[in-house]
Amino acid sequence: MNGWTGKMLRVNLGKGTVKTEEINPKTMKDFIGGRGVGSRLLYDEVDAKADPLSPKNKLIFAAGPLTGTSASAAGRYMVLAKSPLTDTIACSNSGGHFGPEMKFAGWDMIVFEGKAASPAYLWVHNGKAELRSARKLWGMKTNETDAALREATDPDARIASIGPAGENRVRFACVVNDLHRAAGRSGVGAVMGSKNLKAVVVRGTGGVTVADGAGFRKECLKVLKMLKDHPVTGQALPAYGTGVLVNIVNESGLLPTRNFQEGMFAKASQTGGEALAEKYLIRKKACFGCPMACGRVTEVKGGAFAGRGEGPEYESTWALGACCGVGDLAAIAKANYLSNEYGFDPISAGVTVACAMELFQKKHITEKETGMKMAFGDAGAMVRAMEMLARREGFGDILAEGSYRMAERFGHAELSMSVKKQEFPAYDGRGAKGIALNFATSNRGACHVRGYMISPEILGVPEKLDPLTTKDKATWDIALQNLTAAVDSSGLCLFTIFGIGAPEISALLARATGAAYTEQSMLKAGERVWNLERLFNLKAGFTARDDTLPPRLLKEKLPKGAAKDQVVELDVMLPEYYSLRGWDPKGVPTNKKLSELGLK
Amino acid sequence: MKKMIEVNEEKCTGCRMCEIVCSQKHHGRFSPSMARIQNFIFDDEPFYFSLCCQQCDDAPCAVVCPSSALTQDPDTGIINLKESACTGCKMCIMACPFGTMTFLSHTGKVQKCDYCGGEPECVAFCPTGALEYKEADLAGAGRRAQFARKMQKSQSVSS
Repeated sequence: MNGWTGKMLRVNLGKGTVKTEEINPKTMKDFIGGRGVGSRLLYDEVDAKADPLSPKNKLIFAAGPLTGTSASAAGRYMVLAKSPLTDTIACSNSGGHFGPEMKFAGWDMIVFEGKAASPAYLWVHNGKAELRSARKLWGMKTNETDAALREATDPDARIASIGPAGENRVRFACVVNDLHRAAGRSGVGAVMGSKNLKAVVVRGTGGVTVADGAGFRKECLKVLKMLKDHPVTGQALPAYGTGVLVNIVNESGLLPTRNFQEGMFAKASQTGGEALAEKYLIRKKACFGCPMACGRVTEVKGGAFAGRGEGPEYESTWALGACCGVGDLAAIAKANYLSNEYGFDPISAGVTVACAMELFQKKHITEKETGMKMAFGDAGAMVRAMEMLARREGFGDILAEGSYRMAERFGHAELSMSVKKQEFPAYDGRGAKGIALNFATSNRGACHVRGYMISPEILGVPEKLDPLTTKDKATWDIALQNLTAAVDSSGLCLFTIFGIGAPEISALLARATGAAYTEQSMLKAGERVWNLERLFNLKAGFTARDDTLPPRLLKEKLPKGAAKDQVVELDVMLPEYYSLRGWDPKGVPTNKKLSELGLK
Repeated sequence: MKKMIEVNEEKCTGCRMCEIVCSQKHHGRFSPSMARIQNFIFDDEPFYFSLCCQQCDDAPCAVVCPSSALTQDPDTGIINLKESACTGCKMCIMACPFGTMTFLSHTGKVQKCDYCGGEPECVAFCPTGALEYKEADLAGAGRRAQFARKMQKSQSVSS
């Protein structure tokens, strides 16, 4: 096969067996790969009402047909499961080099079922795979795990692992690969921990082939040039990393501050990518095959927050910074290093801590519950809370449940800034109605990368939309969500779509796989994936009532800045969204739509 | 005029594109294990660098080869491998001081970088310009200028 390897590993952790299976070629063609094929398997094999932390859940590592090829930024893979944070379908994307290594070893997908009797890791060397004891590794941080496993297997192996947070089933624990890259959101790391699976180790000395070598090469050079010529992918991201967004978003009045009480942060510029470049950046680093090199190798030398690693990215910078009222970049960097080492999502962690800070501010909780002062702006408290939640120590045991369960416990669920119990990322929907609609409708809870409306609404890419209107936002959202689903299934990094689009991506897919992808058929596949995810969530018990936003975004006006006095008019946008998606007014895909997509 | 692939470690981001386009060109698959160039990504002290054959004069690999399979082109200086003459004895792998001669198990013979005959694929695809194919007497100029700028900074009289 070309692009795809056509093969998956099925690992039954309970029985300790490993089996090779062929993936249905029609499934690959119709769902592309990665997110699409993984979601198809989840839908078909996992009871949507299952307890995500029970052995009935499945954990899937899925690369795309382009993963491991010379297409720009073609290093991505997905980790899928039913989420213990949201109870929706979870599909978490990561970069680095793990995905390509899976492909070089000959695998499109690795599926884990059941639960191991004791801590285990999977060692995959080309066509051979075996489960080994991880007893000695349990309790280790991800960086310690990485070093230990390289010694035990192969110095060039690539490793995806959980840290103490995943072992402790922190609801937003993540899977870390290549030391500093992560399948970050929705608690896929907790699912891995619940299965007693410590790590997946892969070494592959084979390779990936493409159907039309000359045609693919030509497309790759064209795409490379487009990305290098574009200001976002060719200049901003390489120079300042994702942190370049801090000042832009703050000046546009939608940088959520102190748990979304405001949209602008006075200390924002002290935490942005420019400040990082000045103070702590050592050099930039790329994922596999990527010309953008947005990765930041950083170090905080000395002081209370000394540490080294990669990041912080824009999202972590905000969640651990402005969202908590913290303007100390060293503290933010330290908290981010901890999130990689312990293996948890810094977005959910930061927003959960911010929620705790507001509960504390309003005296709904006191030091009696928290054991410490939790005031907005307290950098030391924010950093301390990170380790506490990873270890589930003291108040950390409550923080580890995420902002919704915590706020609900203390009688104020409305103070959890989340959708479907997944914490918002770094954009206040009141300042950009399109991203707000995306937050409400995303299949995995609040998520910016499901349909990154910030690109047109704030960055003006591909064209500038007025962020404050609701006009046409449903149309734009749907188009972006469908395109994104296709990109996530292909193995390309989402950042490529700043500079290239469906024509180039479908061409890459066609030349690589030999399958007759057109722009339309690729976008249709994306739409198919989106609808399938929706069907899973409906089976899990979600309804239109869950496509909503916290009362703060619907009713409280932003106090100042470019989006002053704004709220989100979701009641205007949502019906149009359902209608344009071909769903009924209750947000259920109609039979007509399902037949059209081949999902009936 | 001898040419070389100059590797600027400061520009390298560790993306490994050089490896996979090399293997694709010569072996029809994206496979770092089969590449003639290797990208090193060191995380302990962040440093990224690619290594391939340096096309030496009196190349140790050519000197040691028992079947005279390695010869130097008098114009370009490139050390060419005559595959049909290679017996797979692997002596050249040990003779090369840089370790850039590699063995291919699927052919039983060695392989080495030959600058793709004059249009190196890795250079064409390197996204940051960390790999440059240039006349050898022009190499190093960039680094000299960079260092001269440091001297300039150290002697600066303006505040």
